[in-house]
Amino acid sequence: MKRSVNIWNGIDKISILLFLILALMGWVSIYAAVYNDEHTGLFDFSQRYGKQFIWIIASMVIAVFIVIIDNRFYFFFSWFIYGACMLLLILVLIFGKEINGARSWFEFGGFSLQPSELAKFGTALALASYLNNKRQDLTRLNVIIPASSIIVFPALLTGLQPDMGSSVVYFSLFIVLFREGMSPYIFVSGLLSVVLFFLTLLTNNLYLTIILICIAITLVWFATRKWKLVATGSIIFIFFTGLLYLLDHFVFKAIGNELVIFISLVLSGVVCALYVYNKRAISVLIIYLFLIGSIIFVNTVDYTFNNILPAHQKDRVNILLGFKSDLHGTGYNVNQSIISIGSGGFLGKGFLQGTQTKFKFVPKQSSDFIFCTIGEEWGFLGSAIVIGIYLFLLLRLIKLAERQRSDFSRIYGYCVASILFTHIFLNIGMAVGLVPVIGIPLPFLSYGGSSLWGFTILLFIFLRLDASRTEYLV
Amino acid sequence: MKDTFINRKYVITALLVLACLGLLIRLFIIQVVKNTYRLSADNNVLRYVTQYPARGLVYDRNGELIVYNQAAYDIMVVPSQTTKIDTSGFCDLLGISPDLFRREMRNALIYSRRAPSVFLKQISNETYARFQEKMFMYPGFYVQPRTLRKYSKPVGAHVLGYVSEVDDGVIRKNPYYKPGDYIGKSGIEEAYEKDLRGRRGVKIFLVDVFSRIKGSYAGGRMDTLAVQGSDVVTGLDLNLQAYGELLMKNKRGSIVAIEPKTGEVLTLVSTPDYDPALLVGRIRSDNYAMLSADTLKPLFNRALMASYPPGSTFKPINGLIGLQEKVITPSTLFECHNGYLFVACHSHPSPLSLVGAIGNSCNSYFCQTYRRVLENPYYNTISDAYIKWKSYLDEFGFGSKLGTDFVNELAGFIPTTDYFDKYYGKNRWKALTVISMAIGQGEVGTTPLQMANMTAAIANRGYYFTPHVVKSIGADHFIDKRFITRHHISIDSTNFEFIVQGMEASVNSGTSTIAALKDIIVCGKTGTAQNPHGKNHSVFIAFAPKDNPKIAIAVYVENAGFGATFAAPIASLMIEKYLRGEITNKAREKNMLELNLMH
Ligand SMILES: [Zn+2]
Repeated sequence: MKRSVNIWNGIDKISILLFLILALMGWVSIYAAVYNDEHTGLFDFSQRYGKQFIWIIASMVIAVFIVIIDNRFYFFFSWFIYGACMLLLILVLIFGKEINGARSWFEFGGFSLQPSELAKFGTALALASYLNNKRQDLTRLNVIIPASSIIVFPALLTGLQPDMGSSVVYFSLFIVLFREGMSPYIFVSGLLSVVLFFLTLLTNNLYLTIILICIAITLVWFATRKWKLVATGSIIFIFFTGLLYLLDHFVFKAIGNELVIFISLVLSGVVCALYVYNKRAISVLIIYLFLIGSIIFVNTVDYTFNNILPAHQKDRVNILLGFKSDLHGTGYNVNQSIISIGSGGFLGKGFLQGTQTKFKFVPKQSSDFIFCTIGEEWGFLGSAIVIGIYLFLLLRLIKLAERQRSDFSRIYGYCVASILFTHIFLNIGMAVGLVPVIGIPLPFLSYGGSSLWGFTILLFIFLRLDASRTEYLV
Repeated sequence: MKDTFINRKYVITALLVLACLGLLIRLFIIQVVKNTYRLSADNNVLRYVTQYPARGLVYDRNGELIVYNQAAYDIMVVPSQTTKIDTSGFCDLLGISPDLFRREMRNALIYSRRAPSVFLKQISNETYARFQEKMFMYPGFYVQPRTLRKYSKPVGAHVLGYVSEVDDGVIRKNPYYKPGDYIGKSGIEEAYEKDLRGRRGVKIFLVDVFSRIKGSYAGGRMDTLAVQGSDVVTGLDLNLQAYGELLMKNKRGSIVAIEPKTGEVLTLVSTPDYDPALLVGRIRSDNYAMLSADTLKPLFNRALMASYPPGSTFKPINGLIGLQEKVITPSTLFECHNGYLFVACHSHPSPLSLVGAIGNSCNSYFCQTYRRVLENPYYNTISDAYIKWKSYLDEFGFGSKLGTDFVNELAGFIPTTDYFDKYYGKNRWKALTVISMAIGQGEVGTTPLQMANMTAAIANRGYYFTPHVVKSIGADHFIDKRFITRHHISIDSTNFEFIVQGMEASVNSGTSTIAALKDIIVCGKTGTAQNPHGKNHSVFIAFAPKDNPKIAIAVYVENAGFGATFAAPIASLMIEKYLRGEITNKAREKNMLELNLMH
């Protein structure tokens, strides 16, 4: 008994409070989303809010269990848990029930379980365990590769279901690798390639190339603060481009604008190489290499997409990324979602007063699009409060993570923050039309037992580790 | 334990804060700055009127329209927007009983108070016109235009399939569908549902408390347009299809005709059949119940779903395998004195070579060939030889689904060695045990579609395309790769030539002379499918012309006895109709049209 009293003293009550507030808000929002005049009881278990109530109670029981278990358990069994989760991910591909074209769910009787929601904490534990040892130096490739594999493996398995949304979430763990010492260039390259990938498919790649060059020139100025350098570089580049463009326009007629720019860029790079070498202007070199890499990347993606992929696969990618409203009406969903949220105004329409959400015109309104109900009924104010609570929780988690003595606990804490952050950003971003539609739940708010339990386990393991931060794990 | 990277926590914190700030800015824009999304504070509500797309049209190979759409109107109701109305006047206007009115209102309420539901389906044009004038008196009710299928000829029901309203099961499984949507069931309508259905759109109107439309919401910017379904062009020849159904009237059976060069299905008949218009609109469910209760099973598609022993139409294949396995040559002669061991044969000249044996459909010849195939000393055991033999059949597509674009396709059955091992005991069966397979009897089961496909492969002298009914989808003429991939059979084309000669001899001077045509060389083979439940089935496979074949056909007439009697003349009429466009032998046509095998 004495032991659990100690834990209660050590555990972070602020996080628990935030967790409870969010779960309660979720429950109320689900009630509002599925509310109809026939079923008004808050505890009608035939309705989603009734079920969610059971999930919330169950998640609290789970939380208590997690806190009771010895903190060393999570450390010593991290690989075992990871292995079990990966096994579940493989099994679900074989025995899972196919819903909406994806094999993501196990079904036992009336109860269903989504293993990808559980695999997140398993992956976090394994990653923390692997990096726990400070000798695992993330500046070295032979550490980066195994660490990345721990992350990418479940992402691939989830991608095979296919559940792109959950798959993307794993990649957020690279934030943790960055925190633990992975080169920011790798991190920036990764982030850049994701952004560029989307931009390439969205816009004309010639414009994109020009914009990239402009950004690079600006960056060079920021890095060196030398007007002369920037101006000379730009003039050399413009000279080559102009010359090649005219040559191509009148003589070759075969190169194409993209290639003209690229060749000029390489040529001006060769001219500037001497300067970079003499002045040891590493920053200029790095910016230049990033620029060349980005342009090659953009054009490769563009070419693959437009010339190599067959039309129907192209369609599928477009639909998957939400650029094209598909037959299942993804574009339609986003439209309706924006109307709902937008119609909320500053103060919202009030509890149960949302006219949009009641029409059931936003599909998945209690799960992936739960934010619509909040946006419509509680307006900008309510939305800002929800985002504020989330941000508070995330910053709190980072603060807790940084006060850990063991690397294991700190890394795990960052994993939790990264995963939660990605879910929150992508889910709300999707609801407001900022990012493509990828179906992932909003932590603690969305309807669904698997996701709520997954997040509860994820969070409370960290709170448990934090509660005994003064003890050494090994 | 110094943490060199501790400063990176600031970078990550900044990242989180910036991302949340981004979300807040976006929210501020759509919720506060842009008032396009905002509804004024009064009681305005939005009405979502679904824009149903017209379903794609279906054409035949000559560009003739087979299936198109007609307008229909549903009356919709939003219960929360209705007021107290003059119920009896309303019922009179629509020609419905007050009972129906109460029932439909209750159903609508159960579905949702605020979302629209269908009150009355597919009202007539006149009712629609009357209702349109008085609609303002009944707030909460409005008219939703829909489309229904219409058929240019009352044929092809089994190929085309039908359209019905989605049920709960579909809605649960596929989020695209909403109550009241239509979905293709069976045939082309089901197989190409995703192409044919198009995409629903929605128009959003501002409606005041009196349910009056006050204009389109946000200037129509949030509306989505309905996208019409893609049209499909089929390989069907509508005239030939109609002619085939005419010929098969009062008979039980099926016809499958394929263009060998492409694998396009020219005709697919299964009788008894029904008029596809019976399964359209409000009459659909009653008619469907009637058709499924019919003891003649008009909904059963024999061409795809019935498995028969192929009988003598199997002989060409066994001849081919014999040649390819080099256990016989074209000049190999076998004696026949009215049979071979316990398998009887009819009277014909003896001995016969392969060409003559196919022409005269000699049982002895193929039993002996089959025996040589299985007892081939090249293989260690009969089992191994059998496995090799079966591998050829697999190549022809027997014993498994062909992978066509028909939604219900039977695999048929070719026994495996395991099957015999289980049945007779391992190593306890010999060539003679399974000799009935030589003449297409015993355990073998094939569908008319598979036999037509085999005929196409023979016509092509060794390859086929997976049979398919739709040859192109939409404006960009999309076709699935699997339909333009050649399936080569590992039998030399020179071997096929002898089989073709045999089938030619069969029509010119053998068992199927009844199928001969003036100026067109028909290559055919009769067959009799054994029927344990009654009179045998008459089967005939054929292709024509001999060189550069344009049509390969399989005809099954159930309970009609010997293959030549009924199936062969029908096949011949179909071939002539397709190749010449008219029938020269009017007597033959008259006989077949008048033939009634349904008593
Ligand atoms: Zn004989």
